[in-house]
Amino acid sequence: MKNNQVVKIDASGIFYRELNAKLREVVSDGVQKIELCNIYGQRYIGTDLDKPVEIEIFGTPGNDLGAFMDGPKITVHGNAQDGCGNTMNNGEIIVHGHAGDITGLSARGGKIFIRDNVGYRAGIHMKEYQDRKPVVVIGGTAQDFLGEYMAGGVLILLGLNLKKGECHKANFIGTGMHSGVIYMRGNVQDFQLGKEVGVAELDEKDGLVLKELVSEFASHFGYAAEEILKHKFAKLFPLHLRPYGRLYAY
Amino acid sequence: MRELNNINNFYHDDKVIDACSLFGMMDTSGKQFSGEGVVRAIANMHIRGNGLGGGFAVYGLYPEYAEFYAFHIMYLSHEGQAQVEAFLKQRFYVIHVEEVPTKPTPAISNPPLVWRYFLEVKTEETKGQSLDDYVVEKVIEINTKVKDAFVFSSGKNMAVFKGVGYPEEIAEYFCLDEYTGYLWTAHGRFPTNTPGWWGGAHPFDILDWTVVHNGEISSYGINRRYLEQFGYQCTMQTDTEVVAYAVDLLMRKHGLPIEIVADIMAPPLWEQIERMPSKEQNICRTLRQVYGSLLLNGPFTVIIAHQGEMIGLTDRIRLRPLTVGIKGSVLYLSSEESAIRLICPDLDRTWIPVGGEPVVGSLEKPLIPQEVAIAGGDGI
Repeated sequence: MKNNQVVKIDASGIFYRELNAKLREVVSDGVQKIELCNIYGQRYIGTDLDKPVEIEIFGTPGNDLGAFMDGPKITVHGNAQDGCGNTMNNGEIIVHGHAGDITGLSARGGKIFIRDNVGYRAGIHMKEYQDRKPVVVIGGTAQDFLGEYMAGGVLILLGLNLKKGECHKANFIGTGMHSGVIYMRGNVQDFQLGKEVGVAELDEKDGLVLKELVSEFASHFGYAAEEILKHKFAKLFPLHLRPYGRLYAY
Repeated sequence: MRELNNINNFYHDDKVIDACSLFGMMDTSGKQFSGEGVVRAIANMHIRGNGLGGGFAVYGLYPEYAEFYAFHIMYLSHEGQAQVEAFLKQRFYVIHVEEVPTKPTPAISNPPLVWRYFLEVKTEETKGQSLDDYVVEKVIEINTKVKDAFVFSSGKNMAVFKGVGYPEEIAEYFCLDEYTGYLWTAHGRFPTNTPGWWGGAHPFDILDWTVVHNGEISSYGINRRYLEQFGYQCTMQTDTEVVAYAVDLLMRKHGLPIEIVADIMAPPLWEQIERMPSKEQNICRTLRQVYGSLLLNGPFTVIIAHQGEMIGLTDRIRLRPLTVGIKGSVLYLSSEESAIRLICPDLDRTWIPVGGEPVVGSLEKPLIPQEVAIAGGDGI
């Protein structure tokens, strides 16, 4: 096969292992773009791929989409299930719909953009190291435990589908968070925040990060970034480096 | 674990994907449909189970016997069958008896005998009990007193088909392509800490109440002891059994609506209760005091069904998945959205409900349900 060739795969009835083996094969052949159609629940799509290949998914990919992925750009024309971006190392996942629970869990790098809402525990235990910094941008709102045990990275919650005056849905936001940052547009009440997070105004540096990532989000889904950025954002940050450090000490 | 690996994982590596699969489909207009789609959908989640349990509940499949209690009974021996049939003749008018049709299915080994009976209660035997209470008592009598017999289902115009195998194999074995119903639920099992045997497959049920479950009811002991006070005896060696008896007690006997039952099984956390207006706070505190022993602790997603209604419910911090889809008058509940999309690619709407909040499909209130769409979105 030649470079730049688009490979189309009809995944009807193909077991996830065969599908992922096929993806490894075509990516190692140097294919730059892959279109997957009739995806119904095949898991781990994109796992183990370490080249900046583009993967378009038509259908509903299974759990752990892009798990351990290291470089590809996955676009989902539909919703993602649970565990989207599980421990991904690098690359992008763009979901034109909603995503299920534990979106971006333990991500170590790369970017995840979800157009609509996410389920429980989005961004749980994301972590960063030096220049490796995972990013999750959520266009809608989130269910409980957003950013739970977050250990690094940037989580942005835009609340674009909230009605005027409506609060975000999530409770226990940032529970156990000990590093990284959450930028949030839209209101929450105090009790919705975990005990381990503080609220602050954005400083100039925050503003630059936010602008860059919101612009990227807007370009994926056809929004106007300026409109989104006009609204007030809050910054949630961890109060302690080791919130449970004294829990078992006496 | 080695054995499980060999069954589940023909690649012989150490990966065992463990989670039960749930699927439910109901046409709230009451229209009957074949189980073909339901079987395809549950089979699409094949890897969630491990072949140690599959089952289906079907509602509306016996219109010609709709007014009679339809007993499906599993027998491990002919003696058990003879004993039960003598018992049934004493307690009921037996309207019709037949063996449940099956076809040889390579994957199904050592199946038990499964027979069905359409029964009318001998009212002179009830001694003032309601007919339903009488039937519950007889079901529990069979389950506890006859060594080799277990009642698979006992409701009117409904049936449970279940056994050891993947759900699609159980469907083939019981010839489910020959039935139609307006409500189907399905289960693929990954037994965690109880045996994989025919009686332990889901759905669990009493009368026409059925439950399929993904998760683990760690309050099983407390729930079981509480239910024993009301005459329910657990005999199936599996946690989910308590949920079936709990909904029978709460919804049929105590006449509570599902919203209240959800607040009993998956109550709001105490700190949420404290933030409620005083009237609701009183209700929640009262429910905790009266029905604290029916709080279901541990992770769960259940699909509960009975005549005319299908309900999806998860634990309050949603430790197990549930996705809802709607197309016209049809409500879908599933562990994974992909299974719904496989049989209905152009859903009107799909969302992920909040933990502890029931999603209800009912013949009395044909769609659209009133739930707040939380992780909603417009889908494709």
